Amino acid sequence: MPWHIAALQQLINGLALGSVYALIALGYTMVYGIIKLINFAHGDIYMLGAYFGFYAITMLKLSLVPAMLVSMAAAALVGVLLERIAYRPLRSSSRIAVLITAIGASLLFQSTAQLVFGASFKPFPQALPFRRIQLGPVFITNRQLLIFGVAVLLMVLLHLIVNYTKVGKAMRAVAIDKEAALLMGVNIDRIISATFALGSALAAAAGILVGMYYNRIDPYMGMMPGLKAFVAAVLGGIGIVPGAVVGGLLMGVAENLVVTIGSSTLRDAVAFAVLIVVLLFRPNGLLGKKGIEKV
Amino acid sequence: MTVLAVESLSVHYGVIQALKEVSFAVEEGEIFTLLGANGAGKTTTLRAISGLLPKTEGKVLFQGRDITTIPAHALPALGLVHVPEGRRIFSGLTVADNLLMGAYHRRDKQGIAEDLQNVYDLFPRLFERRKQDAGSLSGGEQQMLAMGRGLMSRPSLLLLDEPSMGLAPILVQEIFDFIKEINQRGTTILLVEQNAHLALQVSHKACVLETGRIALAGTARDVAADKRIQEVYLGVS
Repeated sequence: MPWHIAALQQLINGLALGSVYALIALGYTMVYGIIKLINFAHGDIYMLGAYFGFYAITMLKLSLVPAMLVSMAAAALVGVLLERIAYRPLRSSSRIAVLITAIGASLLFQSTAQLVFGASFKPFPQALPFRRIQLGPVFITNRQLLIFGVAVLLMVLLHLIVNYTKVGKAMRAVAIDKEAALLMGVNIDRIISATFALGSALAAAAGILVGMYYNRIDPYMGMMPGLKAFVAAVLGGIGIVPGAVVGGLLMGVAENLVVTIGSSTLRDAVAFAVLIVVLLFRPNGLLGKKGIEKV
Repeated sequence: MTVLAVESLSVHYGVIQALKEVSFAVEEGEIFTLLGANGAGKTTTLRAISGLLPKTEGKVLFQGRDITTIPAHALPALGLVHVPEGRRIFSGLTVADNLLMGAYHRRDKQGIAEDLQNVYDLFPRLFERRKQDAGSLSGGEQQMLAMGRGLMSRPSLLLLDEPSMGLAPILVQEIFDFIKEINQRGTTILLVEQNAHLALQVSHKACVLETGRIALAGTARDVAADKRIQEVYLGVS
């Protein structure tokens, strides 16, 4: 295959994978925007989402869409409880205390998942038969289309919620100035819960999509995508919602292009190389504002 | 009728006592001004009233109801709205969305639309700029927005903290005209100001805080006539 065709093919693969990173990155960035916390357990909520989807399909015998909705609702609940139990009591503590708690919560989720679901891989049930769609010299699979389609749909929904609903506007207000929002009568705790619920639901959807894509799930599947999505959020500018989408897509594409150029063993290294470069040249991310504020 | 009664309110910041047994009452329909130097406890008083300070002693009664332990976010629905120092508008949201945030706790669409119209009537400049990012407004416009946003809650008592801070003198006069206008439309106002001269002109009653205590209280006219006040705050020698 000539290199430019290979690159085009990897671009398609990258966009599919990147849209998953974007879905996860949105949760990181929304939570960061509102309580300035890097929720390191977010990748594990994505893992739990995949398992919830797995059991919804295999045990509850649901088809893909209802299973996804059930999983998203369950993950939202887990996210809300996580904030309630682990993070809220530390709201006025130092940020490092909350960060360590988040890492602890992440390990707790992984160990609990291993205990409950078993340590070995589970094959993810295939809701739709594998098909390749030829597009000139390159092809796209129906699973990639599904991933991309669902991801875009969810992002559009999130955009509408954040920009046009009352709760979405309150989220933005709380992210801008918590105390001023409080003085408007916004119940901050409730808005923080809503943020965790939304972010966790998106991560759960991503978990199911990836489960289908790679055909298998395991209790540690959240670690690498979680880290990469975090990098994606920083890349786009943490706390900025469109930034997470841009960052996620870029990460997915960069990762796959490296596979074309060099070896696939460098794949995971790219994410962190990107992080270092971005932090060197644009510490606030690609869409981040410079640190100037009007007083 | 007494809208707000503050009864021996004390506030500690660590070992420092910021307020010492402060008591005063604001009657319906009036503008009540708290005067005092920097650090005298004016802002602390407002923050304690609106539930932003976790540990306070004493009592705050709003329309006869004890609100000392009511969480801050529940107060706008009761009719008590605090427009904080430094305006604290939501930059990144449009002017219109900022105003609608002021009506966050309300569900009466009709009433909200009416009040939005009223705010635009009062501040035509906000209407002109309703679709702009609130962060792009000038200081004076941001103050109008902060007050308008407070009014969107349809408050019976408005707490205004340093509305004239950092504004050009011509704008300061304008802001005070607005305060008077808001009051004449029926909202009781508790005002905190550094500009004692203008504040005493518009208000009915006033009290002076000095290092956390009330040093003097009375009608605005009496306070303005006080020798010491004239020397210290009004620059009359």
